[in-house]
Amino acid sequence: MCLAIPGKIVEISSDNTRSALVDVVGVRRQIDLGLLQDDKPAPGDWVLIHVGFAMSKISETDALDQMNTLRMLGEIDGAMQEVQGYGLKDLDKADVN
Amino acid sequence: MSAPAAMDANPVSIRFRDPQIEMAHGAGGKASRKLVEGLFVPLLFGAAPGPLGDAAQVEINGTKVAITTDSFVVKPLSFPGGSIGELAVNGTVNDLAVSGAKAEALVVTYVLEAGLPTPVLEAEVRAMAKAAHDAGVRIAAGDTKVVEHGKADLMYVTTTGIGRMLHGVTIDPRSVRVGDKILLSGPLGDHGITILLARGELDLEADLRSDTRSVLPLVEALVRAAGPGVRWMRDPTRGGAATALNELARDCGLGMVLFEDQIPVRDTVRGACELLGLDPLHIANEGQFLAVVSPEYADAAINALSLAPGGSEAQVIGEVREQPAGTVLVTTLYGGSRIVDMLVGDPLPRIC
Amino acid sequence: MRFVDEFRQPELISRAAEEIRRLAGTRHYRMMEVCGGHTHAIYRFGLKDILPANIELIHGPGCPVCVLPMGRIDDGLSIAQQPDVIFAAFGDMMRVPGTQGSPLEHKARGMDVRIVYSPSDALKLARLNPDKHVMFFAIGFETTAPSTALTMMRAKAEGIQNFSVFCNHVTIIPAIRAILDSPDMRLDAFIGPGHVSTVIGCRPYEWIAQNERKPIVVSGFEPLDILQSIVMLLRQLRAGEAKVENQYKRVVPWEGNRAALRAMAEVFQLRPYFEWRGLGFISQSALRVNDKYAKWDAEQRFDVPGVRVTDPKAAQCGEVLKGVLKPHQCKLFGRECTPEHPVGALMVSSEGSCAAYHSYEHRKAAMVASLSSIA
Repeated sequence: MCLAIPGKIVEISSDNTRSALVDVVGVRRQIDLGLLQDDKPAPGDWVLIHVGFAMSKISETDALDQMNTLRMLGEIDGAMQEVQGYGLKDLDKADVN
Repeated sequence: MSAPAAMDANPVSIRFRDPQIEMAHGAGGKASRKLVEGLFVPLLFGAAPGPLGDAAQVEINGTKVAITTDSFVVKPLSFPGGSIGELAVNGTVNDLAVSGAKAEALVVTYVLEAGLPTPVLEAEVRAMAKAAHDAGVRIAAGDTKVVEHGKADLMYVTTTGIGRMLHGVTIDPRSVRVGDKILLSGPLGDHGITILLARGELDLEADLRSDTRSVLPLVEALVRAAGPGVRWMRDPTRGGAATALNELARDCGLGMVLFEDQIPVRDTVRGACELLGLDPLHIANEGQFLAVVSPEYADAAINALSLAPGGSEAQVIGEVREQPAGTVLVTTLYGGSRIVDMLVGDPLPRIC
Repeated sequence: MRFVDEFRQPELISRAAEEIRRLAGTRHYRMMEVCGGHTHAIYRFGLKDILPANIELIHGPGCPVCVLPMGRIDDGLSIAQQPDVIFAAFGDMMRVPGTQGSPLEHKARGMDVRIVYSPSDALKLARLNPDKHVMFFAIGFETTAPSTALTMMRAKAEGIQNFSVFCNHVTIIPAIRAILDSPDMRLDAFIGPGHVSTVIGCRPYEWIAQNERKPIVVSGFEPLDILQSIVMLLRQLRAGEAKVENQYKRVVPWEGNRAALRAMAEVFQLRPYFEWRGLGFISQSALRVNDKYAKWDAEQRFDVPGVRVTDPKAAQCGEVLKGVLKPHQCKLFGRECTPEHPVGALMVSSEGSCAAYHSYEHRKAAMVASLSSIA
């Protein structure tokens, strides 16, 4: 019901810490940080953007965990560890794409 | 809009029933189609004119020529990569090119708003002169009208073009066959997204330029290498590739199956589309064209396009199949698929 | 990492689909995706093609445009008909018909209608047009409501007088309750709304698991998110469990977003009841602007007709919303009711299950039907 997509914080305006410039694959916009005042993001952080507001910080750790779980779907137990070992390398590849 | 002249004596039926003209009727999608087919075609061209192409053919003293016209209304007048003057020349040159014709002469009409600064007009006329020179077309005649301040967005331009038929190619959607390949000359959506961003209302910025250019050199390269295999071409302007291919699917009664991972779209365009909830297949282009080529000519066609200047990103993006008849289907690598319809109205950014 | 493409990898999608097939076996499962964003993603990525036929996805009520009664659109447009008022709304609202036409049709007749991407852009319009009044037609669930609230707090702090909000914000939990209370409802599990949960967190769903004994997994919107959520639901169902789980941990904190909830509490209060298109009146299911912000509340500032408009009887939106009927089983689907001329609510927004089905699916269904009739 709500279109929200990840963007990377490029810079936080010095005169007004309430807003930040974010980048969504090359598209940039000033967004409002007012809803993240309990857990302020920094440049380089990824945030979820909805109607020009940052809604939450995106956790890379949780995303990596999820990718590992997904890689293990349907694998028999013995193969699990092997896949886990490859996890990060495969992810780097995905990054380039 | 154009069609073979075929007035018949039967009474015409007007199917267009919308109470008033909305912006959507000019957006190039379903509403535009309804207006053209429901009102203009029956009254101006007779009951059954056949498929509507980008240009019409008329015969004068035994010589076939192609003729077309297009009006240009764009806000802002200039934008990264181009301006209304260039669009007005390239747009008409391209309509002729994808109809298998080389533009020879253009006629230009300006509708100017009182108060338009002369330097703005001069810049646009210069842009037209340069675009015409680059495209190898002569501007042969023109007309100017001025309307009151507030009655137009600074200026509107209409160009009418006449073109010589290229040898060795016949464009007819009804000649498209199952197994034919669908080619695209380069990435989708650059123009439409550039304009959307240039309007400034969305406060979005990106390094993106309109793709406005004459596609004639690419069309000529394609025709030289694969002319006998070229069945259909179209420049996917307003309404985007989805609308152009839906029209083809309907005209030939076959299914257009696209491979999502093969459709070239720049990252920036994809980012803007994700942010705004738009589909790149619905976004306007001003310097690309689609072609349907018989399978035995497909490799030659792609080779020729890739070697021609500005054609390095040309791709086979799909193929013609029997099913789903009259429909455009996008398939993914993992076996999912979706129907892509014509654009309904203007593409509007959405939040949900 | 870009947090998008990683979750669209074809080989992982195929593997997840295979795991779903294995877990689902031969039993028939009915799962509701509450959120219209999920409905859109399921069609957009063609996920139905790769799911086994015994996983039936039922489209839920989570589309703010779809559930908005026509009378509210008329009310909003009637305010904008007063002199010097600018009607600002998201693009989603622009084609939604009122009795006298949609905002876009009103614009064609001369109304000053602006499309905004953000509530803060509407406030910016007010700053730029001091001699006009900007009315922001606010829609959305708890994902969007905090942004509206914060924008109104900014308007108050800056003393901007020529700005108001026509508030149509709704809340998701009462809508899920209404669906579960419906006697003809048979559901096994819920795919929970991911982006709403960034604000409200996962706790508000606990009653679904505890009292109704239905599993619910809060899910992201990429193909792998949705498939993984289905895997998690199937595992719970096979184990006879009913828990709230969070598949979308990279974005959704279990406790939600406190700052966003504070902003909502500052500006809004619950309405005693609100009408939902297709579902009727649901108590405590929507937000109004509280008296502290009366100056920025379009409903308190302007005369609002408040007329109720009944939907055409033939449209079976309620049944489709509750998952009792499939979109194409409605009598009007594809005939009187199409995306160009929507009659019912669900055909209006691209997130509405009827519009999504119409755009992406029904000709595929027709194709399959025609092929099987040949065979």
